[in-house]
Amino acid sequence: MSVMSSGDFRTTRTYETFSFLPPLSQDEIYDQIVYIINQGWTPALEHEAPEQASEHYWGMWKLPFFGMRNPDQVLAELEECRRAYPDHLIRMVGYDNYTQCKGHEFVVYRPRGL
Amino acid sequence: MANQTFNAGVQDYKLTYWTPDYTPLDTDLLACFKVIPQAGVPREEAAAAVAAESSTGTWTTVWTDLLTDMEFYKGRCYRIEDVPGNKDAFYAFIAYPLDLFEEGSVVNVLTSLVGNVFGFKAVRSLRLEDIRFPVAFIKTCGGPPSGIQVERDKLNKYGRPMLGCTIKPKLGLSAKNYGRAVYECLRGGLDLTKDDENINSQPFQRWRDRFSFVADAINKAEAETGEVKGHYLNVTAATCEDMMERAEYAKELGVRIVMHDFLTGGFTANTSLANWCRKNGMLLHIHRAMHAVIDRNPNHGIHFRVLAKCLRLSGGDHLHTGTVVGKLEGDRASTLGFVDQLREAFVPEDRSRGVFFDQDWGSMPGVFAVASGGIHVWHMPALVTIFGDDSVLQFGGGTQGHPGGNAAGAAANRVALEACVKARNEGRDLEREGGDILRDAARHSPELAVALETWKEIKFEFDTVDKLDA
Repeated sequence: MSVMSSGDFRTTRTYETFSFLPPLSQDEIYDQIVYIINQGWTPALEHEAPEQASEHYWGMWKLPFFGMRNPDQVLAELEECRRAYPDHLIRMVGYDNYTQCKGHEFVVYRPRGL
Repeated sequence: MANQTFNAGVQDYKLTYWTPDYTPLDTDLLACFKVIPQAGVPREEAAAAVAAESSTGTWTTVWTDLLTDMEFYKGRCYRIEDVPGNKDAFYAFIAYPLDLFEEGSVVNVLTSLVGNVFGFKAVRSLRLEDIRFPVAFIKTCGGPPSGIQVERDKLNKYGRPMLGCTIKPKLGLSAKNYGRAVYECLRGGLDLTKDDENINSQPFQRWRDRFSFVADAINKAEAETGEVKGHYLNVTAATCEDMMERAEYAKELGVRIVMHDFLTGGFTANTSLANWCRKNGMLLHIHRAMHAVIDRNPNHGIHFRVLAKCLRLSGGDHLHTGTVVGKLEGDRASTLGFVDQLREAFVPEDRSRGVFFDQDWGSMPGVFAVASGGIHVWHMPALVTIFGDDSVLQFGGGTQGHPGGNAAGAAANRVALEACVKARNEGRDLEREGGDILRDAARHSPELAVALETWKEIKFEFDTVDKLDA
């Protein structure tokens, strides 16, 4: 491939894990929630205004969903969060209490234009 | 002991150091050696000689032995086993009392265990296969400055391996051009870039210039992408003073991570640097130049699992482990065996992975396994399967060799990584469906499509020299 045909790579603003994939469908988000639950982790939602997205702490949507086994219920919470904060980014979190770390975290909703 | 008398002369090692009835204590340091004795030397005598020469003994009796309690201080060979597939060799299991070693000093442990004994004439060859460090010793070592969990929190990387890249050409770039290569990788989607191990402070690129330009590159990439980025600035130097000066300047620039070569630099320098990193909130990446000199010969030297354990004790947040699939040597089961030693809180004995002892790591933080060397996007499904999330996958040529340059190469790798992680979480079999997963992902990433085309024929299929004994 010649240099001229390789195209210009434009830098984009990204939000860590899964930012380089196309936006996830409801079914794909569902599968990731199932993964979180099956790992024994606690699903949780966080949201933040895009200009503050690089800060460590985002706002929590309610408390983490301790003991949650139902992915549909997590999706319902996501929908509720989205209606309450339509201008915020929302990310899905899996809290791992064994490693005391987030086992999974990825953005599931971007406001229009992001 | 008052009735002991001094009998000058030479006696068989096995009379003192071969103790098959001994039950090792929880506080003993245990070692497994693979021994090939010289012709005519019985196994028990050779094993006892190794125990003696690596602990209290010497070739002849000395009167000062009677001034101490040798029964308490001596190392003991307590078991001998056949080596599968090698009738000349045997495994010798030796227990050393905790008092033989200075607290917090892997240097002291290695000086005893792999000191003079490796040149000992009665053995033809000798290999230290594994060490069981007692928790009582582990608690005296500093260990990783941050550890896996703290590093993830600092770098904001969750749910996936991190992506890195060693800047190439490894030697010869000016500091400013070098910083450009870093910036391109980071803006394209990598989390981390790395100085090559042999970049220190050569005439073409002095360290201070490199550090300054690289800090600029990191800051710009972070501002533009909104993600946390890092570059391992190599502080390995001719003297500890130079090393510390470089580390201090890196901290002054506000970068998050520095790197060190623990074998060529030495364990003393490494432990000092790790302590400084812990005190100053810096992450520490560890390269392993020279390891293959020590660990590749299956009959002589030190297995890498021992070096990896020693590094976790000395301190480091990342350690290179080989890739299994790339251009450098590495058997899969054996690699998984020492990757566990880096990351887990407890590793049970598992001969199928070359693990000779249960190893309890106490509360010591874990070390990220770094897979680096001749890997490209086609390897991604296997790498994610083999190394899991707590790893750094480093594509040097596999990023910068992309026809569209570093940024496009970085994006290709990031897309491939995320597609593999997503598929794995969905329960798909990465090693079987890897090709489909990558080709699907390439439909929305022209950079990945080009990368898949560029490296489709490259394979490194040579047999491993250092195989597990079976």
